[in-house]
Parts: sequence; C-alpha cells; structure tokens
Amino acid sequence: MSGLKKILGLLWIALGPVIIIFLFMQAADKIGAAAEGIARTNTTLQWAIIILIFIPICTGLVIFGYYAWKGEYDHLPESSEEL
Amino acid sequence: MRSTESNVTQSITQVIAASSLGTLIEWYDFYIFGSLAVIIGQQLFPSDAGASALINTLAIFAAGFIVRPFGALVFGRLGDLIGRKYTFLLTLVLMGGSTFLIGLIPSYSSIGYAAPILVLILRLVQGLALGGEYGGAATYVAEHAPVGRRGFFTSWIQTTATLGLFLSLGVIVLTKNILGAKNFADWGWRIPFLVSILLVVVSIYIRMKMHESPVFSKLKAEGKVSANPLKESFQKKANFKMVLVALFGATMGQGVVWYTGQFYAQSFLENTCKLDFNESRYILLWAIVFATPFFVIFGSWSDKVGRKWIMLTGMLLGVICYRPIYQYFLDATNVKEMQKTMLLSQSEPVVERGLVPGKADSLITTTVTKTLTNGMTFKESKVEVITEDVLAEVPAVETLIKDVTLSQSSYIVIILLVFFQVVLVTMVYGPIAAFLVELFPTQIRYTSMSLPYHIGNGVFGGLVPFIATLIASFQGSTPLSGLWYPIGIAALSFIIGAVYIDNRRDDNVMD
Repeated sequence: MSGLKKILGLLWIALGPVIIIFLFMQAADKIGAAAEGIARTNTTLQWAIIILIFIPICTGLVIFGYYAWKGEYDHLPESSEEL
Repeated sequence: MRSTESNVTQSITQVIAASSLGTLIEWYDFYIFGSLAVIIGQQLFPSDAGASALINTLAIFAAGFIVRPFGALVFGRLGDLIGRKYTFLLTLVLMGGSTFLIGLIPSYSSIGYAAPILVLILRLVQGLALGGEYGGAATYVAEHAPVGRRGFFTSWIQTTATLGLFLSLGVIVLTKNILGAKNFADWGWRIPFLVSILLVVVSIYIRMKMHESPVFSKLKAEGKVSANPLKESFQKKANFKMVLVALFGATMGQGVVWYTGQFYAQSFLENTCKLDFNESRYILLWAIVFATPFFVIFGSWSDKVGRKWIMLTGMLLGVICYRPIYQYFLDATNVKEMQKTMLLSQSEPVVERGLVPGKADSLITTTVTKTLTNGMTFKESKVEVITEDVLAEVPAVETLIKDVTLSQSSYIVIILLVFFQVVLVTMVYGPIAAFLVELFPTQIRYTSMSLPYHIGNGVFGGLVPFIATLIASFQGSTPLSGLWYPIGIAALSFIIGAVYIDNRRDDNVMD
C-alpha cells in the first residue's frame, strides 16, 4: 500500500498543473467562441472566477502529491502527540 | 450510577438541541436567498435587465459560498482562542442580523445600484458567519459526546443543513400560497428574511445558557490553549498534511454529492426537464422528509464499523448512478416525443402579443395546454417574431415547453430517485463531522476541521449547479454533460480516500 501511495503521489503532482492548463484552454476556447457569437452567453467573468478559485486548490493537490511521494502518508498519526 | 448516566444523556440532549437549532437557522438563512433568486433579481436590478438580473443574483448567491473558507479561518481561529461557545454565538448574531437586513433593503427603483451592493455585502457576511458556525457546532457536540457514540450524536448536527433547506422551501411555498403570487413577488418575499430574526432571538437565548465545551475548558484551565491556531494548523507539516487528506479524500467528494442530490437535482428537473415550479420543489421536499433519518442511521453505524467506508460507498454509488438517474429524468419528461403517440387533448390557444425588448418587432406567443393519455400535462408555446424590416431574415418560430406535470407513476419514481440521491448525501455527510473532529487535536480543532469542510462544501459543492450548468451550455454538449463535474470530483475523492484514509475511530478527542 505504501508503494501505491507514493506512485499515486506522482499522479497528483502532475494532475494539479494539468487541471489548470485544461481550465485555461477551455476558458480561451469558450470565451473566444462567445466573442465570435457562437456560444449563447459571454462567460469571461465565470471563467475568471473558476480559474482564480482552482489555482490555490490545485497547488494544494500538488503539495498533497509531494507529501504522498515522500511517504508522509505511510503512517497516519494515531494520537495528537504525533501531530 | 443510573442517575449519572441519565444526567449525561439529558445534558448531551440539551447540547445537541441548542447547537442544532442555531445551526439549522443559519442554514435556513443561507438557503432562502438561493430559493428566491429570481424574485430578488427582479427587485435588485433594473426592470429591463432580463436574464442578466438572475445571473448577477446567482453570482451574489455564489459569493456567499466562496467566502465560507475565509469565515472558517477567521472564526475557527477565534474558536480555538476564546472558546467554542462565544464564537458560534457571534456567528449566529451575524447571520441572523444580515438575513434580517436583506429583508429590509429597498429595491433598485428606490436606491439604484446601492441595492445590489448592500445585498452583496450582507451576503458576504452570511457566508463568513456560516463558515464559522458549522465547525463550532460540530466540535462543541463532539467534545460533549460519550466515547463510542460520537458519530451518533454529531449526526444530529448533520441533519440541520438538509432541514434548513427543507425549512426554507417550506416557508417560501407557505408564504407564497397565503399571499398569492403577485403580493409575494411585490413585497411578500421579504417575510422569510424578516422571520429569521425571531428564530435567531430564540436560538441566542438558548445558546446563552450553554456552558463552554468541557474539553476546551480543561485545556484553558491547564493553559494549553493554542497561541496561534492558524500557524499551527497550516504551517506545521504534520497538521497541514491531514488538512489536505481531509479535503481531497473526504470533504471534496462529500460536497459534490451533497449539492448534486439536494440542489442540482431540483434545478435539473425545473430548468432542463421543464417541470412545474411547485412539482419540482414538492419532489425534493418528499425526498428530504423520507431520507433525513438516514443521517442518524449512518452516523450511528459509523460508530460501529468506522467512518471511511460508509462515506466512500456514498461517493462510489454517486459516480455509478448519477447518469442513469438523470437519463430517467429526461426520458420521463420528454413530452415532445410522447405527444406524437399519446396526445389526449389540448386547450384552446391563448395568444399574447408584445414587442421584442428594445426593438420595434412584434412578438406573438401562442400557448396551448396539452394532456397526454398517461395523465401528464404541459404548456407548449410557439414564439414568433414579426419584423417590420422587409430585408431582414425571417426568424424561425421557436417552440418552448414549460410547466410539465408528471404522471402518477413517474412522479413516484422520480421522488424515489431523488430520495436515493439524498440517501447518498446522508452516507457521505452523516459520519463526516465525527471523522473530522477525530482527525485533529483539541488545540487547533476548530480551525483545522473548518477549512477543509468549507472548501469541500462551499467551493467544490456550492459550485455544482453553476459549473454543471456551464458545462451543459457548451456547444456539442448534452443535458447530461454537466454531471461529469460531480462524477469526476467524487471519483477522485473516492480514490484518494480509499488509498490514504484510515478506517479507525479515534476514541480520544481530549488530546
């Protein structure tokens, strides 16, 4: 299980930036489509809010992955003294 | 011995009643805004704002969700410094006061754009207060609960969010039925906001009589209260890593399951399936009534089998079942197809003539009410634009369906399917307060558990209706495309929870 936790840690490290890049690409695509009159509404503000909120969360996911990769979750604390 | 046990039970009952009542009122205050978004939008913005009034009002509603984590930090820190009792007394006053004031804000026609700005400020105060309330109430009850029954006792706090939603829907439907639709839209919508102050006064009176948590009092007496809970929670790696695993392995998935089952389901039935306004709300009300006891059942069960797998099973069932459930919603309300073979009768057409806003073109709307052989009814409107510009392209006639009422069998099946989704909510949400309380030490518990809870629920969960609706509006998407957001988040949280979280129950929360 410890090995799986570490390997998945690398996946979480990669997933954080991938999600942000995906969101930027989607935002550019949809806002561009709105500018050309294809989409039903202009969603610039919505995309700005979504990206602003998810950047710190994805940073947290990268840190989580880093901790997992370093084996910090191999043993979870069983009492507050371990924290 | 028997007398001592009885005193303990009586005491914890009082603790739960006092905490739950306040928390329920806070949820009620928080949700009436969302339930009245359309009417509030008409009051706060110019009369010709159209759809943008609703979008702006929903943005104000969403702002309340987004600031919840900040409320968790501010009031969580306060709760770990000065105590649980006084902190969540303060959050209650802030929430009740701001809700009451929203009910008094003059409309756009009286004070212009000051109206939406004032409401936005009050909405932010609501979000901050809620961010501080829940962690305090859950911590307070958990620190009073006897060992081995923490899941059972905290599950009562967990029922309050759902009951707050139920209460807000109930008060709105009742007020609207008593006053009539026109009076309710003109001024009656303020009543649910103003009523809140009475509930808050009662709750403050009860909470003033409560004592500080025994665990926190002991800590204070020993001089072990944290000097800087924020720093200890988030700068200390050992703690911060638990905050992260709580967020990604539990509260993130729990948040999307909660808001899909209890918000998106109703929104989907009303806006995508075009179900009648009251019918979509009654379906949710019935589902909540029957499912609410399961919060206590799963909370109590988690005391025996552990918290982890109950929560993760709820997430997994959501991942597997959401698409078939919502496909059924679409099939059961597809009156466009059904009327080809099942049309029983239709009313005389009602013709309304008007002007296209901002143009000289005429707008002719012809509406008929149709009844199908299975008992379903719906209104079909054909909207035609007559343009005076002879060179302009003739716009196509648009056909709109609205106010669909279901056959009896479909009505029952849809109630059962929404009920099933709310049961999933009870699985993920019933045990989570006990899970979070047990994860963190007393000194920094309020701060540490509040942040992942409110990011999971306020951000991941609160954005479900908004993001799902946004995805469904993309070109080439289907009405079910929006579900990929809650499905993806719940699946990710399930994997992280399954791999990284322990199933143990921590009996000692005194440390």
